[in-house]
Amino acid sequence: MSEHFIESENLCYSYRVGNGKEDVPALKGITLTVEKGEYVAILGHNGSGKSTFAKLLNQILEPTSGKLIVGGTDLSGGELSDEEILSLRRRVGMVFQNPDNQLVATIVEDDVAFGPENLGVPQPELRKRVDDALLTVGMQDYAAQEPHRLSGGQKQRVAIAGILAMRPECIVLDEATAMLDPAGRREVLDTVRMLNRQDGITVLNITHYMNEAALADRVIVIHDGKLLLQGTPDEVFARRDLLRQVGLEVPQCSELIHRLRAERIPLEGDRISDPDGCADMICRAFGMKDREEKSHG
Amino acid sequence: MDKILLRDVCFIYGKGTPFEKCALDHVNLSIKSGRITGIIGHTGSGKSTMMMLLNGLAKPTSGSVLIDGYDIQSRPQDVMQEWLLKEPYAGMRRSAAKRAIKQEIERRRRQLCFRVGLVMQYPEYQLFEETVYKDIAYGPSNMGLSKEEIRDRVLSAMRQSGLSEKLCEVSPFDLSGGQKRRVAIAGVIAMRPEVLVLDEPAAGLDPQGREQIFGEIRDYQRETGSTVILVSHSMEDMAQYCDDLAVMAHSKMILQGTREEVFAQTDLLETVDLDIPQITKLIQKLRQRGLNLPANIYTVDGAVAALRQLYAQTETGGREE
Repeated sequence: MSEHFIESENLCYSYRVGNGKEDVPALKGITLTVEKGEYVAILGHNGSGKSTFAKLLNQILEPTSGKLIVGGTDLSGGELSDEEILSLRRRVGMVFQNPDNQLVATIVEDDVAFGPENLGVPQPELRKRVDDALLTVGMQDYAAQEPHRLSGGQKQRVAIAGILAMRPECIVLDEATAMLDPAGRREVLDTVRMLNRQDGITVLNITHYMNEAALADRVIVIHDGKLLLQGTPDEVFARRDLLRQVGLEVPQCSELIHRLRAERIPLEGDRISDPDGCADMICRAFGMKDREEKSHG
Repeated sequence: MDKILLRDVCFIYGKGTPFEKCALDHVNLSIKSGRITGIIGHTGSGKSTMMMLLNGLAKPTSGSVLIDGYDIQSRPQDVMQEWLLKEPYAGMRRSAAKRAIKQEIERRRRQLCFRVGLVMQYPEYQLFEETVYKDIAYGPSNMGLSKEEIRDRVLSAMRQSGLSEKLCEVSPFDLSGGQKRRVAIAGVIAMRPEVLVLDEPAAGLDPQGREQIFGEIRDYQRETGSTVILVSHSMEDMAQYCDDLAVMAHSKMILQGTREEVFAQTDLLETVDLDIPQITKLIQKLRQRGLNLPANIYTVDGAVAALRQLYAQTETGGREE
């Protein structure tokens, strides 16, 4: 049934430094697949290679060696025509960290139109795409505003609208919520979740926030340019000690379950990435003991 | 004791223009000496504007900012009458005393940026010198200190910020993001400010990087006894590292007190779109479901301790039956 959107095999990338004299490997053989319509979070400490991986996906960088196929296009040959690269960038949209660095126009709707206009989308199709995209991210009332008057979360949503207007198949968020406040972060995450659920857009969220990773279908952990761990959030956050060794942590609720188990409190279950799941596990363990409470309840 | 006191402070951007915006609306705040105070608030709530007032980068439209009880906007005519009666000015000839007071006010104004050290967001973009040593030495060099004193301050600032001495002669631009951030923080610490203000010092760092930076800031505070002000969106971090908290929303100060007092007001915090720590929410759920836990838990350590105790109680209670 499912179909690979991203497929990489032994994917490597090295940065050239010191006038090309020295190679610094950033990715050392990544083999993984991402299915069409999947919502994947990528974790890793600063410098682990996760942003490098993202930049390979739409040919901002070219692989040094190994195989990489994105949406049916083979990116490992390095022989892509301009049309192929443009088509790839239309289909795989990126949202970067700093909201102030990715809006180019002086009016919100012009910014959203920038991508499709460059692709040669004619009127009235262009108008419709811009309006639809702004409506989808909930920014229709700001169409005629100047971007610099928007909040960080609003700017990131406009950046997402700019990608949507190009009808993408995949959105890659490279720490896109790092500079936002909690409300802005929620706005962006809700928007992305809806695009994933309703329109089947494949989502890759590269993040330092464990609570964000817990929202994904699958979590991939990259360490030192290699794939360290992957699985559902519950499976990945169960490996708390390993994650700490590589400079990561687990959500507070998972940490609590881990620490209580170390205290020999018997907690049964594995829904440790979800606060409700954790509450259930704790209540079961205490309910069993707390007979008096039960008889009154 | 109050290190910093904001009294009825207003700040209006672009006053008299069509873009007039009130960034601080009659704000009162007291920052206690020798503690870590966290400032929380959504984007645009006025936090950054308030930080700029603390070391004179911006002047309040109305109201006053007091540091150690001294209004940092004081002009000579404001204090003249009072100071002329005080030592050392009372013993001087009147004209000499007036001149000395003017000089003293000017000196205090200049000193302000050394007394209140500001670390802005993403401070690594402000590095500019050829070597780490020179960059950190920039602030102290402007204070007119001796070479030895500057060296002493740079090296101890590097130690306090978790930077190895080996990095002295390295270009700051060859360092990793976390190391660059430390160089920028060391550059401010090297001025030995009485008040250290940091705006999102851990933004963009991975969990271990966050833990290290916040840990270093806390150790620095405990070692020097200085006053530290932290601005962050992360309620989890604020709960972990701050002694006191102040909450801003829509240009107003809506809540301040010890972290226990502030986190007790979870309902109010949620109405202004601030996240309470996940662990506090989990404890709330458990309380609603009948577990006898205290409400004021906002760290994982606190939750573990409370649940351990409750578990021990239910266990012995079970046996007695």
